Amino acid sequence: MNRDSNGYTFGFAAAMVLVVASVLAFTASSLKDLQSENVRKEKMQNILSTIGIETDREGAEVLFNQYITEQLALRNDGTVDSTVDAFSDIDLALEIKKDPDSQRFPLYVAAFEETQYYIIPLRGAGLWNAIWGYIALNEDKNSIKGVVFDHQGETAGLGAEITQQWFMNRFVDEKIFDMSGDLVGISVSKTNNDPNDTDKDDHEVDAISGATITGDGVSDMIIERLQHYLPYLKATSADLAYNN
Amino acid sequence: MSQPKSNKKPAIFFVAKEREPLFSKKNRGLLKDPLDDNNPITVQVLGICSALAITVQLKPAVVMTLSVIAVMAASNVIVSILRNAIPNRIRIIVQLVVVASMVILVDQVLRAFAYDVSKQLSIFIGLIITNCIVMGRLEAFALGNGVWKSFLDGVGNAAGYGFMLILVAFFRELLGSGKLYGYQVIPDALYEMGYENNGLMLLSPMALITLGLIIWIQRARNRKLIEKN
Repeated sequence: MNRDSNGYTFGFAAAMVLVVASVLAFTASSLKDLQSENVRKEKMQNILSTIGIETDREGAEVLFNQYITEQLALRNDGTVDSTVDAFSDIDLALEIKKDPDSQRFPLYVAAFEETQYYIIPLRGAGLWNAIWGYIALNEDKNSIKGVVFDHQGETAGLGAEITQQWFMNRFVDEKIFDMSGDLVGISVSKTNNDPNDTDKDDHEVDAISGATITGDGVSDMIIERLQHYLPYLKATSADLAYNN
Repeated sequence: MSQPKSNKKPAIFFVAKEREPLFSKKNRGLLKDPLDDNNPITVQVLGICSALAITVQLKPAVVMTLSVIAVMAASNVIVSILRNAIPNRIRIIVQLVVVASMVILVDQVLRAFAYDVSKQLSIFIGLIITNCIVMGRLEAFALGNGVWKSFLDGVGNAAGYGFMLILVAFFRELLGSGKLYGYQVIPDALYEMGYENNGLMLLSPMALITLGLIIWIQRARNRKLIEKN
């Protein structure tokens, strides 16, 4: 056979594509269960870490069931839809594109160290791709217990630094409502004259140099996602105005 | 698979005649040379980019080494098996497809069995495809040599690459974070006396400088690498 003929070349290419495609498809589908199990446990791990429970992925499920007492799927008017499983039925990426009437947002209630925490999942856009995370509110539904962020493809060393503990620690004790009780969220600010984040009443944290757009993405994501929970938070607590 | 007659390829020289022992001197050379005399990073200056990127800590460097060994050995073997069937005009594309599918396989396996590591390496695993060492060895060696030799060449070069990676990562993690493989090795007492981790070690420029120092030391003690002019 002539190895340099066009027919041979085309035939070889076609056969190669078929073989490679089937091998890859087979591997991907046979490993899928293991992979999604890892993703599921990581989600539990992330939720737990917002309220200060550090665990490895294997131990996450037990602790999650132990400390997360309620998993609510909320409508935009603040009522609970009990037909939806908050943990596994809601994919936030798809949910935020739906029309407001059919949106359901998960809220995890945790009981840990004799207090209740409210954990809200976040999702938004960074510079290159999606960013997401969880934010845990203290019992007053105003100050922050802890946050965790993750990203798909932010620049290593710049935007990707939002996943670092030192950045996430800046959010602790910041407040999402202002003095008059309006939801203001937390903005990642470049003009914040408070580099050590000692002022916990300014609704601002210090930004990361070189990560402006990722930082803005974090600010937007926090205020936009919290918006959906406003009716619920208002309905379940008498006074959300600034309390020192 | 049919074995069409090819008389252009030097492959014939190696496969034919007497059977060579599996670990003949020449074959051992294929494994050993890339570790020192012909190291892909310090001598051939291939794969520098990834050597800068993933040497902040030992753990990703070790995993990257293992992944590259797997990818290079497998793709060298596959290309070597197919070497007489691959149409000359699309051989680069074929090599690319082989490497890319191996990389995706490694990525999928890591995601299932070593999720944390795969998250850490995510982008760099994909970049194995563009790692010059892999394509370079396929084009320069596997296309013209038998399966066993190609396998040894793949493992040898990947190991030579990994050896440098681990060496650089060792110094960067030790001096940059005072840890090795994630465990603290510099005693707290030293920190109390005023010792500080060198943050610069964590940034890529120091990887390049570390690599430069390694090349210096290597050239100083290996006579074969000293240029004559």
